[in-house]
Amino acid sequence: MNLLDVLIALPAIGFAVTLLLPRAQEQMIRLFTLVVSLAAFLLSLGLAFGFQTGQSGQQFVTNVIWIQNPEIHYHVGIDGLSLWLIILSTFLTPIAILLSWKSIHFQIKEFFAFLLLLEVGLVGVFAAWDLFLFFVFWELVLVPMYFLIGIWGHDRRIYAALKFFVYTMAGSMLMLTAIIFLYNLAGTFDYTSILDQLGSGKIALSHTQESLLFLAFFIAFAIKVPIFPLHTWLPDAHVEAPAAGSVMLASVMLKMGTYGLIRFCLPMFPNAARQNAPWIVILAIIGIVYGALVAMVQPNMKKLVAYSSVSHLGFVVLGIFSFTQMGLDGAVYVMLAHGISTGALFLLVGFLYDRRHSLAISDYGGVATVAPWLSTLFLITTLASIGLPMLSNFVGEFLVLQGSAQANFTWTVFAALGSILAACYMLWLYQRVFFGEVTDEVRHHVPDIDLREWACVVPLIIMMVWLGVFTQTFLPAVSATNAQILDQSKMNVPLRVSAPAHLAGGGNIHAR
Amino acid sequence: MPANFAPSADDLLRFAPETILTVAGTVLMVLDPFFAKKAPKLFGNLTIVAFILAIFAAVAANSVPGHAFSNLLIVDGFATFFRVLVLCLGILTVLSSYRYLERENAETSEYHALLLFSVAGQCLMVAANDLIMIFIGLEISSIASYILTGYLRDDKRNNEAALKYFLLGSFATGFFLYGVAIVYGITGTTKLDEIRTVLNNPGTSLAIVGVAAALMIVGLGFKVSGAPFQMWAPDVYQGAPAPVSAFMATAPKAAAFAIFVRIFMTSFQQIAGGWEPLIWISALLSMTIGNFAALTQTNVKRMLAYSSIAHAGYILVALAARSELGTAAVMFYLAAYGLMNVGAFAVVIHISGKGERHLRIEDLAGLSKKQPVTAALLTVFLLSFIGVPLTGGFFGKFYIFRAALESNLVWLTVLGLLNSAVAAYYYLRLLVVMYMYEPGEVTNSLEPLTPGLRMALILPAIGTFFLGVVPNAVLAFARSSSFLSR
Repeated sequence: MNLLDVLIALPAIGFAVTLLLPRAQEQMIRLFTLVVSLAAFLLSLGLAFGFQTGQSGQQFVTNVIWIQNPEIHYHVGIDGLSLWLIILSTFLTPIAILLSWKSIHFQIKEFFAFLLLLEVGLVGVFAAWDLFLFFVFWELVLVPMYFLIGIWGHDRRIYAALKFFVYTMAGSMLMLTAIIFLYNLAGTFDYTSILDQLGSGKIALSHTQESLLFLAFFIAFAIKVPIFPLHTWLPDAHVEAPAAGSVMLASVMLKMGTYGLIRFCLPMFPNAARQNAPWIVILAIIGIVYGALVAMVQPNMKKLVAYSSVSHLGFVVLGIFSFTQMGLDGAVYVMLAHGISTGALFLLVGFLYDRRHSLAISDYGGVATVAPWLSTLFLITTLASIGLPMLSNFVGEFLVLQGSAQANFTWTVFAALGSILAACYMLWLYQRVFFGEVTDEVRHHVPDIDLREWACVVPLIIMMVWLGVFTQTFLPAVSATNAQILDQSKMNVPLRVSAPAHLAGGGNIHAR
Repeated sequence: MPANFAPSADDLLRFAPETILTVAGTVLMVLDPFFAKKAPKLFGNLTIVAFILAIFAAVAANSVPGHAFSNLLIVDGFATFFRVLVLCLGILTVLSSYRYLERENAETSEYHALLLFSVAGQCLMVAANDLIMIFIGLEISSIASYILTGYLRDDKRNNEAALKYFLLGSFATGFFLYGVAIVYGITGTTKLDEIRTVLNNPGTSLAIVGVAAALMIVGLGFKVSGAPFQMWAPDVYQGAPAPVSAFMATAPKAAAFAIFVRIFMTSFQQIAGGWEPLIWISALLSMTIGNFAALTQTNVKRMLAYSSIAHAGYILVALAARSELGTAAVMFYLAAYGLMNVGAFAVVIHISGKGERHLRIEDLAGLSKKQPVTAALLTVFLLSFIGVPLTGGFFGKFYIFRAALESNLVWLTVLGLLNSAVAAYYYLRLLVVMYMYEPGEVTNSLEPLTPGLRMALILPAIGTFFLGVVPNAVLAFARSSSFLSR
């Protein structure tokens, strides 16, 4: 039992214990879950310190048989790709708990328990190396999030929760079909073994088979990301979820989709991935521009941030399907940066909602006068979100645009529009909420932020700067894994990609 | 006719579960006048004891596997699996009946005796190796179920359901019997393995056997409530007393599936190419009709009835795979499905109140606030129905579709799994009502869980998790006993 197992078991045990705590002891429940999640976070830092960057393959591996026939393993491990996503999950869980400290008034026990269960699922998804186990965690995540949205959400919470669940379920079912199909071919759920068999030609997929399997995985992930036009569940779910739910949803759960694309779609189905890349990239660019344009006209703050996620995630998909080292590195970087910055945005919007009980932009104005610190923090987050240099998102978006320019310059031109539009909608939001006349409601109901809220935001602000400045903390591990995945995604391309000399290391799908 | 007609000791052991159940049922009938007033709980307790003894007998019988009574019965892993399953479902039914019968003022021995007879019939069916024996078992089970359906004889809906069930059921049994007659006419035997041998001979008219198989599919399709023979199920499940619905949706269905598989995987395996398309269509229709009809239901019992049609569809998918893996999947799924269905019905029994007045979905409103444990347990069953990992329902579904894909039923798999995404919607609606609505009149005045109902909820929940988290033992047993055509 290594650190990673403890990291999965700890919140799971925490979940069970929380359910057994007496209902009336509300403060104890809050404290207990906070302690558990903080402990999980500290443990997850151990992963980062113990991680050997130079080493290829998985680390912190546990591989034991769970079910004998069909042979299913509890096989977990991490590499450069999953390391930071796991830490992102454990980092945000205590923040989400702290954020909900006062804003949840009923069924407190269940709420905090579900946050811990969510953490189990998230860490598990990023750690699983057995396709069956991956699917188990993938579906497990749905359950707590469904309840979080449905019980503690806003007015249309039930509709949003149902839509979220059924939408994701439909995608998952296609993925399950593909997983079973692969199992029947390979005789194992073990991902590394399946990859080996695919790479060595032991399993020969016909062109149609590969395309269909790719699509089955792709649709499941695309719904989660979400890629335009499968994004319609997202605004509903984000808007209706309680603040903590929105934070977890936007910051980590969306990354499950992009993680899946990188982890599974590229290496397992390289030919199909490359063949389908052109239209996927087009969808990604539509998502970037469309998300930004729709965000601009939203009267509701949460909805605005939700659509901005569609736009940002478009960058991630663009980076992935550019099949360049930079593009992939950038994609992973945007995943982390978006996790931090959008998490912070939802958090701050949650603070505003706690005060004014409204999400409508028109109900605000002049907040900067009455709550200067809140406004400052919001501004930093806004700047991070629109990609100001030295802050988190800049690095990732720059790398994605650079990578996609290597592949096809036209893509970059259109995608860069998204960055410009991001500045428009975010700054306009900032202007309308924080500047202007102070209304009486705002003056009386919007105090500046308190100690607990500082404790929520400051770690996120620190991470924004860290991600923006000390890129070397994250990139080497990520790059090493990406290089390997990129290599696998070329493995059995029949027409070998001949990259021009100046693009060595990066494939160019138009160079065929 | 064999020279030595006296059954051996092994034969008697192989027939012990049915013997125990029949004796117990008869004794209960005799005890009725003495204890009906004084100790009404006694009948239920005795029934449970009889079921437990029968489980031991079934397990003991499995230690001497083989044929009994001149090859009329066969005790193998498959038979034992289903015997134990229907016996367990019988126990759970009794547990969930205590409070119901007390509430309805209907604690009699005949209810329990009928339950015992019905289960005895099912035990006989699943261990039968002869079409006539199967027919006898089927009738014992069915006739007891007909009466149980109309058990509350002053209740109009009970009467309607019983009549409907009886008329349609007899009709379906007629079809089955007609099929049996044709098979006998062609092959000259009713023994399953001998039919298989005869059909292997060249020169047998397979076309007419195909007609017989089709007739049997009609009869058995009715018994398992597979489309297009599912019409009776919603009305009957809705009309019957809730514990009886729980029972009918699980035990007789499991036994019917068992003989479905046994007949078609033993006798008719040769002509599988002919019947597979019929099962394919029936599976798809059942899943689709069941799930889409369930979407619009407002009555919980009726919704569960449609859901049981959909689940019959999933199981038919496994049958359509016509492989040993498919047989194992049928076994595993029926176990998982039986547990979650009985559990869900136990909550319905708990909520419905005297005269089953509270059966609307809205009547569950706010259950999580009033009785969090009940709500949590129902959540487990609903998640298992949906097929969320770590529950038996998920693993069962996974196993079924794995078998289907291995037999190249790709489209059936895709359509089936998409169907289960649709199904998620109506199960989730119950969760919505339980967790996201404010407590209503019904939940506010809800009585606490009685010990019997509590057991009827907790045991299936444990079983559901057991099958979802550590399914090794059950899977291994199902795999090792899925090879029928020895």
